[in-house]
Amino acid sequence: MDNIAGTKSSLTWAVHISVALLVALWLFPTVGLFVSSFRTADQISSSGWWASIFPTEQNVVLRAADPEDNRVADGDGFVVSGNIFDDSDHGTQTDIRAWGTSSRDVAAYEPGETADLGEGESLTLMADGGYEWRGDDDQISGRGQRVFVSITAPPDFTLENYRQVLLSGDATDSMAKAFFNTLTVTIPATIIPIVVAAFAAYALAWMDFPGRALLIACVVGLLVVPLQLALIPLLRLHLGIGIGKGYLGVWLAHTGFGLPLAVYLLRNYMVGLPRDIIENARVDGATEFQIFTKIILPLSFPALASFAIFQFLWTWNDLLVAKVFLIDATGQTTVMTAQIVELLGTRGGNWEILATAAFVSIAVPLAVFFAMQKYLVRGLLAGSVK
Amino acid sequence: MHPAIQGLLTIIIGVGGCIGYFYLSNQLLDRVLFPARGPNAGRNINRANIVRPWLFLFPALFALGLYLAYPVVETLRLSLTDRTQDGAFVGLANYSQMFSEPKFWEAMRNNMLWLIVVPAASTAFGLLAAQLTDRIKWGSLAKSLIFMPMAISFVGASVIFKLIYDTRPEDQAQIGVLNAIWLQFEGGAGSFLFLKLLPILILLCFAGIVAYVGWIFVQPIMNSREKGGGAGFVPLRVLVAAASVYLVVLSLISVVETLFASLPYGVPQQWLTIPFWNNFFLMVVLIWIQTGFAMVILSAALRGIPEETIEAAIVDGANPLQIFFKIKLPQIMGTIVVVWTTITLVVLKIFDIVFAMTNGQWETQVLANYMYDKLFRTNDWGVGSASAIVIMVLVSPILIWNVYNARKEMR
Repeated sequence: MDNIAGTKSSLTWAVHISVALLVALWLFPTVGLFVSSFRTADQISSSGWWASIFPTEQNVVLRAADPEDNRVADGDGFVVSGNIFDDSDHGTQTDIRAWGTSSRDVAAYEPGETADLGEGESLTLMADGGYEWRGDDDQISGRGQRVFVSITAPPDFTLENYRQVLLSGDATDSMAKAFFNTLTVTIPATIIPIVVAAFAAYALAWMDFPGRALLIACVVGLLVVPLQLALIPLLRLHLGIGIGKGYLGVWLAHTGFGLPLAVYLLRNYMVGLPRDIIENARVDGATEFQIFTKIILPLSFPALASFAIFQFLWTWNDLLVAKVFLIDATGQTTVMTAQIVELLGTRGGNWEILATAAFVSIAVPLAVFFAMQKYLVRGLLAGSVK
Repeated sequence: MHPAIQGLLTIIIGVGGCIGYFYLSNQLLDRVLFPARGPNAGRNINRANIVRPWLFLFPALFALGLYLAYPVVETLRLSLTDRTQDGAFVGLANYSQMFSEPKFWEAMRNNMLWLIVVPAASTAFGLLAAQLTDRIKWGSLAKSLIFMPMAISFVGASVIFKLIYDTRPEDQAQIGVLNAIWLQFEGGAGSFLFLKLLPILILLCFAGIVAYVGWIFVQPIMNSREKGGGAGFVPLRVLVAAASVYLVVLSLISVVETLFASLPYGVPQQWLTIPFWNNFFLMVVLIWIQTGFAMVILSAALRGIPEETIEAAIVDGANPLQIFFKIKLPQIMGTIVVVWTTITLVVLKIFDIVFAMTNGQWETQVLANYMYDKLFRTNDWGVGSASAIVIMVLVSPILIWNVYNARKEMR
């Protein structure tokens, strides 16, 4: 905009860099969660997620093959040889940096060195994992020799966390049930207020009656009433008339709390529709109900979509209303946000589960956000700028 | 019954019921009560048109009244009664009990901190992002990426930031970014630059801006003394000036403290348990979310500025900074106020972030979480309702301002 007078700003590159930095700063937290949800617990605790595309150094405990089946006579003793990485899930490409045979000194030897295990018993380990374990009949028996190995593990990503969180059915970790509960809360709580508000908005926009201005002012006022005030009186009301804690209660509550914004947004949009169309329809003998369903509703689609997105995001992401009006002592009706808070308490250190659970819960809103961003922005502008 | 089927049924009953209600009640009105036929056709049409708006409005008004207006009155009543005494009227006993609790004042102090920091930071970052992205080709992509956290729940964002603030024992690899960065500082020149000089500069900038704002508010009073003209809102102006003097003194004290503070270099910090400062770590989460909102609205406002004003400024030889501060900023001031108040409303009700990250421990309590504690943990409905009323009182200036503006616009 500053270039219109013909002077190209010399600071353009600085603008590009600062925007890139700002975007990177804003994306960084989410990317961290996303990357962490594909890493195993070992990887998460051994290095920061930003290092996950580089090889990491890990200490692992491995065992030589079982002497009973694998030992071969060699002179007066026996020998077991093979690759230490057989039967382990670390693959054979990994490089051994150091190794040891005792937990007190896990990096006692370099690859290629021979460890003296006492009384003639010895173990040689090469960098690629090949080993040779020598000793007499007594020493080469029982279980395979334990070896502590420092390896450089290549970057590795797994879908195991998502399987655990979505499909395992595990009582504490599984989000599948909470996912469907959230969906069950969200969809009616999005659709019902739209219908109720659309009719009211039409009346406030296009019908003349005494007290209209006062009602609009009331709606604007109710827009900012904190829903914290409604918790106790409404819970008492719900318990009193027999709805209790459950889906019906939470649907009604979300409908009530969403209505002011719905009426306000829709009314502002409907007022802007061309007067001619509506008056022509009236002259042609259409009833108000027909004008509403045949003309106003189809024309108001953008505003309806805006509010639908708001209400969807708000109900999907809500914690407080669900905790008060929905979740009872049995915990059968828990929603994802509540379950994540619970996981934060019970599995605070298990980042692989936490990150995956959180990502599952934010994936749907993110998809909706990127698909419908146009309507979201339009709604925001209609709601707050005039 | 399976909840999904129940949900489907509710949608059908809810939507069908609404549409059926509207259709049938209109039919009843037009055909039975006031038929537009016979000798009284004209009078009947007029009467029907008087009743009809209320048919359209009834469900919404009923829901609004029951779910928002009634609770305000009922909460006010509950805050004056005691549940353990069978709902007996106890006057202001709940309030005086609440005011004597240190936890309440801690929540008030933190809420005030949130109220100052979060709207200011979000609006500032949003304005910066809006101004920068407006000039470049990939601006809309950048905008939608900065806007993205709006779609993430407060709880999801809390998990994201808990990972950032994560702490491991000293001998293990740090997996939280903040500690990983912290351990890079060892007390050398770099540490002085980033941890002493930079905060001091930011504090001085802040003090400068606050002093300037205070001066803007006081100036008309001075002028009116000299010229005898009128300056409106004198008490408000004096109040703002006093607050800005307080803030300037506070930030100057902080500058000195920062200069002489000895920082525990090389030791991983448990960020969320450091009293006072942990509030700021929680605020970062909300700033991260709300910046996108501020940016979208302010960017639309910036685009709405008439180009002639900017062209005229360029022709007159204004530099980019002057154009921004003297031409653009005054023209979008109204929008900035709207953004500021909208974020203020979010901040006043903030609950999820504190609940999920610290649950009010380590002196991070806020009003909404204090209220939740009272209502559902200690089951003290009186004090809980009283704190809800405090939130309502804090919100009401914005409520009145909004209603005033809406009415002005309708005329």
